Amino acid sequence: MAKKIMEGKRGLIMGVANDKSIAWGIAKACAEHGAELGLTYMGDAFKKRVEPLGAELGVTQLIDCDVSDPDSIDAAFAQIEREWGKLDFLVHAIGFSDKNELRGRYVDTSPENFRMTMDVSVYSFTAVAQRAEKLMTDGGSMLTLTYYGAEQVMPHYNVMGVAKAALEASVKYLAEDLGKDNIRVNAISAGPIKTLAASGIGDFRYIMKWNELNSPLRRNVTQDEVGKSAVYLLSDLGSGVTGENLHVDAGYHIVGMKAVDAPDIDAVSGRK
Amino acid sequence: MSDIADRVKKIVVEHLGVEEGKVVENASFIDDLGADSLDTVELVMAFEEEFGIEIPDDAAETIQTFGDATKFITEAS
Repeated sequence: MAKKIMEGKRGLIMGVANDKSIAWGIAKACAEHGAELGLTYMGDAFKKRVEPLGAELGVTQLIDCDVSDPDSIDAAFAQIEREWGKLDFLVHAIGFSDKNELRGRYVDTSPENFRMTMDVSVYSFTAVAQRAEKLMTDGGSMLTLTYYGAEQVMPHYNVMGVAKAALEASVKYLAEDLGKDNIRVNAISAGPIKTLAASGIGDFRYIMKWNELNSPLRRNVTQDEVGKSAVYLLSDLGSGVTGENLHVDAGYHIVGMKAVDAPDIDAVSGRK
Repeated sequence: MSDIADRVKKIVVEHLGVEEGKVVENASFIDDLGADSLDTVELVMAFEEEFGIEIPDDAAETIQTFGDATKFITEAS
């Protein structure tokens, strides 16, 4: 039998919240292709959700990690170094903002939430990259998740769009810094998917319906589809790719206006 | 018991891992059935999926008991 694509690779996936998480779709796909996985979660509320999921995939490292706390990040990577010695890939699927500011006007964003959102959603990727770099002694691949709201204005995405734009820029700078050590850094810009995090975004069902009706594939994407594309970037299939932002969004990002055949969305969604 | 109440009860029992007998009209998800704040968000997401409805945030905050859930869903669907 042929060797699986990710056999012999060990990776840490940060940001599985529950079985709806995009990171969970990535974890499943990596495990299916032979990778050995570690998962991080934040606090006991997520532990009780992530623990049984980890057991499903035979996850060998389950680590409590708060990315806003440098000591917590250090401890997580110290455990990986102790248990595995090295790391082949890293997935960062973490973002946070006060949901009261993910509706209404961006201009009203408070300084406190702006800083917190940037710290948790942007700097955390650089912070974990600093630690992961040292463990990727045979090269490696890092991946983060972003959204089209970084490139174009999306309703209610607000400060998170600004944060994702900064995250996408940091992917490029990290790719340049780490490329000399054969560490690749990429992002996946996923179409809207109904996750726990998305439940905080205003009118999310409307956004999903709009994408379904107007994307070239005329549908939304699934966690599993993001997972398959992640395998490409995290495995040797993507060995020549770094600094890239791969859109896994049914093609929505190339569309310039509403599809002529798309029906009136209010009539379809029942939204008044 | 209505079909909607049965389907809501099934979701609650499966999600929270509680006995069916405890899911009564006035059972509070948090106080009586051991849900945390994330569970309540996940329950609302599960109701939306099961019944194909939208439960806005301000409405979700009023859904505290099994009875609240069946009432809201019955009116919305």
